[in-house]
Amino acid sequence: MKILVCISSVPDTTTKITFADGNTKFNTAGVQFVINPYDEFGLSRAMQLKETLGGNVTTVTVGRADTEPVIRKALAIGADDAVRIDADPMDSLQVATEIANYAKDKGFDLIITGRESIDYNGGAVPGMLAELLGINSVSPCVKIDIDGTTATMQTLIDGGKEVVKSALPLVAAAQKGMVEESELRIPNMRGIMAARTKPLAVIPGSAAGNAKFKTFDLPAPKAACKMVSADNVEELVHLLHTEAKVI
Amino acid sequence: MSVLVFAENWDGNFKKSTYESVAYASGLAQAVGGTATAVVIGNVSADNLSTLGKYGATKVIQYDGADVNHQAVASILAQAVQAAGAKYVVFNGTWKSKGAAPRLAIKLSASLATEVVELPSSTAPFTVKKKTFSGKAFAHVELSSDVKIIVLSTNSYGVKENAVTAAVEKGSGSASEKDASLQHVEYQKTTGKINLTEAEIVVSAGRGMKGPENWGMVEQLAETLGAATACSKPVADIGWRPHHEHVGQTGIAVAPNLYIAIGISGAIQHLAGISSSKKIVIINTDPEAPFFKAADYGIVGDALQVIPKLTEAIKKLKG
Ligand SMILES: Cc1cc2nc3c(=O)[nH]c(=O)nc-3n(C[C@H](O)[C@H](O)[C@H](O)COP(=O)(O)OP(=O)(O)OC[C@H]3O[C@@H](n4cnc5c(N)ncnc54)[C@H](O)[C@@H]3O)c2cc1C
Ligand SMILES: Nc1ncnc2c1ncn2[C@@H]1O[C@H](COP(=O)(O)O)[C@@H](O)[C@H]1O
Repeated sequence: MKILVCISSVPDTTTKITFADGNTKFNTAGVQFVINPYDEFGLSRAMQLKETLGGNVTTVTVGRADTEPVIRKALAIGADDAVRIDADPMDSLQVATEIANYAKDKGFDLIITGRESIDYNGGAVPGMLAELLGINSVSPCVKIDIDGTTATMQTLIDGGKEVVKSALPLVAAAQKGMVEESELRIPNMRGIMAARTKPLAVIPGSAAGNAKFKTFDLPAPKAACKMVSADNVEELVHLLHTEAKVI
Repeated sequence: MSVLVFAENWDGNFKKSTYESVAYASGLAQAVGGTATAVVIGNVSADNLSTLGKYGATKVIQYDGADVNHQAVASILAQAVQAAGAKYVVFNGTWKSKGAAPRLAIKLSASLATEVVELPSSTAPFTVKKKTFSGKAFAHVELSSDVKIIVLSTNSYGVKENAVTAAVEKGSGSASEKDASLQHVEYQKTTGKINLTEAEIVVSAGRGMKGPENWGMVEQLAETLGAATACSKPVADIGWRPHHEHVGQTGIAVAPNLYIAIGISGAIQHLAGISSSKKIVIINTDPEAPFFKAADYGIVGDALQVIPKLTEAIKKLKG
């Protein structure tokens, strides 16, 4: 079983978002970067699959050298080796093209991504990557089991879940459920030591995108909260009905 | 210039999110000087098809194909775009659309923007506003390719009416065998529940509820309001509520008209997923809870006491 896990380096979820250079860039000053939470579910499932089926887990990240601490964390969690494609990721197409170019002749049985990166929220890399490689994709994938060369997966549909089946290789876009919160792998001391010497290959990027993030802005600040006494819920209902007009 | 919109149906019926995307396509068509054409896949009655006209679709093209997966949707849409010479494709924000749009973008060498919240601010260069950082911010994205694909963020544009007569046509084309290689095994549908992403009112509760045995009153409040129920992440993690109710940065993002947060502290990851709600009510025992800073209306009080009273008061209002 050869598994490729796509890892995106994103701002920690507690980050207060601000922008720099006339609102044209995300302000990274003082920001802690982490493995995209959905990719963490995917990586943890990849480790479980490797343990039961044998094989190899490789991670791939499109990014500059500043993403290497996050890549080392993925290695500390248990990935065998890592690839960094050296480029500034500008949009989902560029990222998907870089990964497809790298993966196309490597014979991966399974490619795992997250269902979405929590920074630019494209939710597009898994589908684009699969289409570029001419293979099936399942997004979001909330369960995956492998039997021989067939994967049985659970995906979400509006109004419930669907169980689907596909021959390998395929792209599965992880979210919680693929493993539970309690099954998330956390690096231990031995893992962290081992990660220092695991192979991290750097290859140059060459792909282009076709969507440009020009400027950013923040939601308009909220007006002060109107307080209502707990003994007077009728007042709240009245306000929601006549002032806010939402009930 | 023709704007195509994927008009998703469920067993022959449309939902609000479909009408919202048709309305958006109609608005976009006006902005770029064209018309909106809805693409329907599967069996939908003539009566149901004609409802798409109410939101501005002047034409409906109906393709055969029952219960198609996202890959089949992408390949049928690619044929429809080529046949119509369309330059714009609009999707609603459902799972199926989110799966199909990126594949279609590759097939058509098109530019893609997802989580779009408004009509383009400019059509040349073509610039749209989208959610980023899980709703903590917005980005203005320029799409440069000849064909442009937009996936709408549900409940962002609104179901705007613009009644026209929709002419119905049969489309010729079908999904390839390759797309069927992703085999359907079974559905596990949750019936009778209001869809969380589409809901106009969401009643959400957190750890302040103390335990799953207290959720009856949350459900009663939701039922009285015709609302969907949601919860904070820890509540889903400890199994008080199902995972699909977890909202926030790493859960479902919602944008209802009214979001009622009960016993939820208002952590930044929670706020990220709900900040697009038009009005927010919070009920919390702690006046210092961060959520009050993000809310429109607040009550400091014990949820277990306040909720039943609130439900009664709403019942009275509704008569
Ligand atoms: C990587 C990561 C991702 C995350 N993603 C999400 C996410 O997507 N969504 C999410 O929700 N969280 C997320 N979190 C967790 C988040 O940080 C908070 O821990 C969580 O939102 C807190 O849930 P809560 O408000 O229900 O519980 P608590 O923080 O424990 O708050 C309970 C609140 O209830 C109040 N309360 C207590 N008793 C009563 C009563 N009787 N009546 C009324 N109020 C009462 C308390 O004053 C308190 O404010 C994430 C965390 C991490 C690290
Ligand atoms: N720069 C990147 N390098 C590697 N993988 C990425 C990168 N950006 C996104 N991905 C993968 O694609 C998934 C979806 O990302 P997106 O389409 O950007 O929302 C993420 O969860 C990652 O698994």
